[in-house]
Amino acid sequence: MIGKGILKGMVETARNLTGSFHDPDRLTTVEYPEQKIPAKENARNFPFLIYDGDDWETGLRCVSCQICEKECPPQCIYIEKDKEKKPDFLGKMQMQPKIFDIDVSVCMGCQICVEVCPFESIRMDNDFEYAGSDRFKSLLLTKDQLAKSNKYYHSIHPTEAQETDEIRVQKREDHLAKEKAKAEKLAKAKKEAASKAALSKAETAKEE
Amino acid sequence: MWFEELLIAIKHYLVLQMPGSLQPVGSAFLSCLPIMTSFGGLFALATLLERKMLGRIQNRYGPNRVGPGGLLQPVADGIKMLTKEDIVPKNADHLIHFLAPLGLLVSAMLGLSVIPFGHRLIALDIETGILFFFAVGAASELAIFMAGWGSRNKYALLGALRAIAQMISYEIPLILSALSVLMVVGSLSLSDVVQAQSGGIHTWHIFTPWGFLGCILFLISTLAEINRSPFDIPEAESELIAGHMTEYSGFKYALFFMAEGVAMFAMCALTATLFLGGYHAPFPILSFIPGPVWLFGKLTSLVLLFIWIRGTMPRLRADQLMEFAWKFMLPMSVVNLIAAGIWVALDGGVAAWISSGLLNFVAYFGWSRILSQASRFSPRTYRYAEEAGVSE
Repeated sequence: MIGKGILKGMVETARNLTGSFHDPDRLTTVEYPEQKIPAKENARNFPFLIYDGDDWETGLRCVSCQICEKECPPQCIYIEKDKEKKPDFLGKMQMQPKIFDIDVSVCMGCQICVEVCPFESIRMDNDFEYAGSDRFKSLLLTKDQLAKSNKYYHSIHPTEAQETDEIRVQKREDHLAKEKAKAEKLAKAKKEAASKAALSKAETAKEE
Repeated sequence: MWFEELLIAIKHYLVLQMPGSLQPVGSAFLSCLPIMTSFGGLFALATLLERKMLGRIQNRYGPNRVGPGGLLQPVADGIKMLTKEDIVPKNADHLIHFLAPLGLLVSAMLGLSVIPFGHRLIALDIETGILFFFAVGAASELAIFMAGWGSRNKYALLGALRAIAQMISYEIPLILSALSVLMVVGSLSLSDVVQAQSGGIHTWHIFTPWGFLGCILFLISTLAEINRSPFDIPEAESELIAGHMTEYSGFKYALFFMAEGVAMFAMCALTATLFLGGYHAPFPILSFIPGPVWLFGKLTSLVLLFIWIRGTMPRLRADQLMEFAWKFMLPMSVVNLIAAGIWVALDGGVAAWISSGLLNFVAYFGWSRILSQASRFSPRTYRYAEEAGVSE
């Protein structure tokens, strides 16, 4: 019979129409600027620089080795070294960047900079709200915009941040062990040298 | 009736304030003004309602950013349309290109002038009201062809031809189904048609066998006549370029939509007048509520029905549309006319109910059964190349 299918369809759409008012399963829209779905843990967008402690300038992990700048496929990173050095988390004096810029309009989010960084200082962010009114300046992120605390890193990528921290703890332990071994070696060498000196002294005294 | 009398008294008072030579023009102006303003405003609200309702049908919120709950969305749309550049093709026939949207809007607005909005509340109370309505309604086809021709664009012209083919095909069942009402009432005047349904809900024409089928046929033809989904091939925004509106932009483009909207209101008002008792209350107890309120209520529910249909049905193909018009709509409206004739011959009553009802029932089921056996109306069967190769 002509018209039966039409009536069936009309009932279906009427069910949608009324259902969208009382059934939250039907109305799945998330109204973006007011409501946000929390990002998935593995979500990543653009890189940022991690700093330890409270002050981003002294705590910045980056030592401006420029490996990321060289490895970056679209070449969106620009680094200039500073003449002054500052101590890193192991107490060693290290270089620091004077300028560290990432052009997020160029960045493709490949994470290669993260993988090559030997100092665990550059990691991926999941912030995506970079819209600005200026085509060039607002998308060129400078050092102060890029610097974000390790706490923030823990809040967005907890598992990854934990791994990074473990690496750093290991590094510190290795460093301490090395220092200890070095110190022991040094002490031994000193002792030997001292005993040698004493021996030679005794020998010269004998000869005389 | 107090409300209608009040409006008429206000009008008479205002006309009397004018100098004598201006009074006829002033009177006509005062009759037109409420129609033009109220339906313009109603169109704006209907666009919002349509978008909201389509959104809900598709399980999303409609527009809800501008103003509280999106109420100011029509204003934003209007500003956007007004500030857009009005482009006229270099080789277009400028006069015709300019006049086409106006002609469409005028023909839609003129149709509203013969609709009785309340007791004595009718802008143009002429004896041949319904004839006038269909005559000016047919002028919209001319306006569409003007739009297609004046643009000097082959796509626009083809779109206009397509639109006209559809509108002319559906005009026949439209008028034939309206004719059944005229046969029973025995008058071409819409005031008489409404007066015949004044006795409450049981006297409405939709609750008779011929009126029920006639109303459905009329509504379907109306959908095609005003180019609304599922008969919106002339526009078909998702498949074709915009048909006769291809070369229009800015406010003229908006005028086309406004004309479409107003034509929809005019057609819904006519449906309400012919089949749903016009401005009369369903029960005489409720007649203290003014007539215009009842008419606008019926009109709005019909508009809601149209939006509901738009949210439900996919667009028909051009050949399906023509087949439906000529193979189903036309025979059914002729049968309905015969049923109305039986009703008139038997002068209402039980015998008329049974005989005309049976005729319509048998014709509808029999004819749809016959058509269902024809390949076009039955579910499609697919013949694949491999099978064809095997069978050979």
